[in-house]
Amino acid sequence: MLEVQELAVNYRGVLGLEAVSFAIAPGQLVGVIGPNGAGKSTLIKAMLGLIPLSHGIVRYCTCPLCQQLERVAYVPQRSQIDWDYPISVWNVVMMARTRRLGWFRSPGRATREIVRAALERVDMLRFRHRRIGELSGGQQQRVFLARALAQQAEIFLFDEPFTGVDKPTEAILFEVFGELKRQGKILLVSSHDWGDSLNQVDRLLLLNQRLIADGRPDQVMTPDNIHRAYCGTLAPAYPSDVESPFFC
Amino acid sequence: MLHWLLDPLNYEFMRNALTIGLLVGILCPVMGTYLIVQRMAMLGDVIAHCVLPGLSISFFLGIDILIGAFGGGILGALFITWVRSQSRVKADAAMALTFSSFFALGITLISVLRSRVDLDGLLFGDILGVSPIDILRTAIIAVLVLAAIKIFYKELLFYTFDRVGAQAMGLPVDVIYLGLMAATTLTIIASMQAVGVILVIAMLVGPALTAYLLVKELHQMMLGGAVIGALASLIGVYLSYYFNLPSGPAIVLVSSALFVLALLLSPSQGILTRPKTQP
Repeated sequence: MLEVQELAVNYRGVLGLEAVSFAIAPGQLVGVIGPNGAGKSTLIKAMLGLIPLSHGIVRYCTCPLCQQLERVAYVPQRSQIDWDYPISVWNVVMMARTRRLGWFRSPGRATREIVRAALERVDMLRFRHRRIGELSGGQQQRVFLARALAQQAEIFLFDEPFTGVDKPTEAILFEVFGELKRQGKILLVSSHDWGDSLNQVDRLLLLNQRLIADGRPDQVMTPDNIHRAYCGTLAPAYPSDVESPFFC
Repeated sequence: MLHWLLDPLNYEFMRNALTIGLLVGILCPVMGTYLIVQRMAMLGDVIAHCVLPGLSISFFLGIDILIGAFGGGILGALFITWVRSQSRVKADAAMALTFSSFFALGITLISVLRSRVDLDGLLFGDILGVSPIDILRTAIIAVLVLAAIKIFYKELLFYTFDRVGAQAMGLPVDVIYLGLMAATTLTIIASMQAVGVILVIAMLVGPALTAYLLVKELHQMMLGGAVIGALASLIGVYLSYYFNLPSGPAIVLVSSALFVLALLLSPSQGILTRPKTQP
């Protein structure tokens, strides 16, 4: 069980997140939706301890998540990467094994096999010698998906994985999400624009600084909730609103 | 031709110059590669200027210049990081302020402390005047830095490609950053005698950037940069000998000329040679 409790983030005096609480059980695909600047990336980064929390804690298996980061695979937003970096597809995916290999050790046959399998799964093995910058946006996203797979993590956090991505890649993303779910992994995926794929998630978190709603997509995307998330400052979200059947 | 190459080797100062030129030509591009891919090339220039106050203090105290210069360089790099983390000031402005301030402090200290510093040599390099002890210092630094890069290559690759991802996986990014700053400072100190603090940035960036246009992997950029850097150093020293040119600038100009050649003629990315994109 991944538990986020009373998470709050202030960045140089600007409110990022306030009192966000939820929990995700293994085998669940949870989507995060909200307008631009709602704090979706901030939420993911705060969960990983990449930005300082002003309040709250994130636990996995009763221990703080930031002490067991090797169990988390994180796929950053595309804009965070310098695509002109001189690196091949193969070596990007190989990064997934950096922590497992440990200091001073080079990858052996087993590691190469894991990387190969991950690239094969996203149909990118034939591009393994290409420089990452020579690929299309969708292909680049698939390489990062392969990197996450090769990490063999238990928790997967995706920050805006559908941005600038073609239809086949989107299909592969959802196929892989499904497979990971069946393996009992925990998945949290943020997107500002889910389109038709909204119903593929088990649960949706509607976010705008606070957690406005949490539940099945059809329960969450009510006109009232959407209005509260997207149309500025309205009635503040009280803790009673964020209760969900999954909250434990 | 062979005559032309071998004649200068009869002089000890030329043998010294070529040795240190070779070392610097190999070391600088390897370290510079990390600066370039992190878009921090200017940081090399900043650190180079920041070593000056440290140098004048170590001359004054009579300690090895390595200690003072290292302290100054690291202090400058940390100061920039601190200013950026504590305010809205952006990196370029923080760098401009830091390097000019440290430089001013260095010049002031040299004047006030009456340090017997050869300012010209420091600023522009004096490769024809290097001593065996300079060569030894440069060689030790080069071995240390290159060995560290070899040992921590996979962590450094991850960090420089995707800092946030590396942090998210639990790599000690602050330690890695400090290590990179320390290695950059050491590299600059090792190169000061050859090309001087003002031109060392050219050796850090020039050959590695030339290689960047020719290759597609980081380690290839380092290897290619090292070959190009060594070549530029050797050609520069010979040109300096035969045409009585200032040695530091001669090396830098050769390196820059090689960059322009690659820019025009790189098989994959050259302006004149790259494959035409279909309209």
